Amino acid sequence: MRAMSTRLKLAWALITILVLVYALFPVFSILATSFKLPSQLNLGTFLPKTWTWSNYEQILTGSAKDLFLPSLRNSIGISLIATFVAVVLATLAAYAIARLDFPGKKLILTTALGVSIFPVVSLVTPLFNLWRNIGLYDTWLGLIIPYLSLTLPISIWTLAAFFRQIPWELEQAAQVDGATAWQAFRKVIVPLAAPGVFTTALIAFFIAWNDFVYGISLTSTSAARPVPAALAFFTGASQFEEPTGAISAAAVVVTVPVVILVLLFQRQIVSGLTQGAVKG
Amino acid sequence: MTAEVATAQTTETAARPRRKVARSDRAKSEARLGWLLAGPAFVVMLLVTLYPILQATYDSLFSYRLTAPDDKAFVGLRNYVEVLFDKVFLQALGVTLLIMVVSVVVELLLGFALALVMHRAITQLRGLLRTVILVPYGIITVVSAFAWFYAFDINSGFVNHWFSWLPFIDTDLNWFAQQGTSLFVIIASEIWKTTPFISLLLLAGLAQVPTELEEAAEVDGATWWQRMRKVVLPNMKAAIMVAVLFRALDAFRIFDNVFIMTNGANGTTVLSLLAYRTSIGRLEIGLGSAISVILFLCVLLICFIAIKLFKVNLAGARGES
Repeated sequence: MRAMSTRLKLAWALITILVLVYALFPVFSILATSFKLPSQLNLGTFLPKTWTWSNYEQILTGSAKDLFLPSLRNSIGISLIATFVAVVLATLAAYAIARLDFPGKKLILTTALGVSIFPVVSLVTPLFNLWRNIGLYDTWLGLIIPYLSLTLPISIWTLAAFFRQIPWELEQAAQVDGATAWQAFRKVIVPLAAPGVFTTALIAFFIAWNDFVYGISLTSTSAARPVPAALAFFTGASQFEEPTGAISAAAVVVTVPVVILVLLFQRQIVSGLTQGAVKG
Repeated sequence: MTAEVATAQTTETAARPRRKVARSDRAKSEARLGWLLAGPAFVVMLLVTLYPILQATYDSLFSYRLTAPDDKAFVGLRNYVEVLFDKVFLQALGVTLLIMVVSVVVELLLGFALALVMHRAITQLRGLLRTVILVPYGIITVVSAFAWFYAFDINSGFVNHWFSWLPFIDTDLNWFAQQGTSLFVIIASEIWKTTPFISLLLLAGLAQVPTELEEAAEVDGATWWQRMRKVVLPNMKAAIMVAVLFRALDAFRIFDNVFIMTNGANGTTVLSLLAYRTSIGRLEIGLGSAISVILFLCVLLICFIAIKLFKVNLAGARGES
């Protein structure tokens, strides 16, 4: 490769800084807000004048604890279960789509596409009414079921795309070499399929974790309310105090795990997002 | 990949026993296994969407309030007439379309620029760039809405202080007190959050443009702009169309940012928010269902326009042969 000229290097440095500022600025903005004292929120500065942990204390051990901690538990539990169910169902379906030839294959993929473009708000009204009648309103199950409408279609598409690229002949080759069918599956196919399944689970989890419409419509108490919905119901310590600091701190707490996952699995997420969507 | 699948299928067919009876038996058992594996996912998808939308369609034909459930009465299409001639609905439709068009156009340009940067970047930079680009994608929409809201807010914000040297900004500017400035912040946060997705799709599209073609054009003396217009863009048309359609449908359903930032105040109500407020807020299930069905029909219409007018091949672009 030819050496880059200084001017080109400078241009790339500038572009990289621009992209970094674009992508991270709002994140740093809310991070900075979360460390501000309530009395210093109105100073109009980006960075806090006095750094404080008081907002974090408020949501983890203080007055907002009963609002935030249950919602964190709900979000983690509901999103994990919805992701797990979706990935199990999608793995079976995607295996059939990638490996078997059967009528209705196209119908299943088209249905998944149709479900993924469905406006969530259109589903909320009838579910709200039905859930109240059959006792699923404000329960974990009452959110897990509709979350499948978000997580299942994208899981099917992404996994079908992954599974199509697996060299399935290797399974037979292993059997020819003397492996049993189970050994061939476990030693050859599972290691090949696992990264795709994992990536799909990661993307599905992000989507469930992000939900807001179902969260505020189908819950009413901390029994099932997930974090995004709970944030909208935060109130200040007193009537005259804005909950800005507490909300910012809570926002940072739920954002940190996502940023870590993104940092660790950047390559997998990118391939998962694009494989499902564009001919690859 | 499509070619690979085709070859795999041919070999599979060739490997099948020649006798007709055996083949049909095998085909039958393969079909049974296929539906056994894919059936549960298929049924679940239908249950979580088909049932609710049918129920909503049914409910939309009734005057039905949860506050007075005994007064439920069949009214035919009257709810639809009431909604479609309602000024609030028409304004929400206009605002939703405005947000959709502006954000998709800006995201397409910005996303393409980002995709080009990632495509051209040297390997060490590429990983870094792709990682930071993914951060907005991974962040909860509600969190991003709060971040933007607090940055612009007249009390806790710093934007007014930083940009008070601009002619139309001063420290007293309340961004969320007028329609125009509110929508500006709402659209900005929407663009920030979702451009990464579009740029990754476009990056995948860029990777498919044959490099030989571009190099040949360069050798022939084509300028950068000519290469873009004549070689690169035509070769990634499918990726662009799919990205635009998906983002348009997504932007049409916008809800979270608006709810957090203005809750629909000052003429910023969008369709999703209107449906939510009608059925969950005011418990008017009949009217709310009508808005839900209209919203659904709008999505279908956008898809129809994209597929018929712009010939977007969703299945083809999604890796199906």
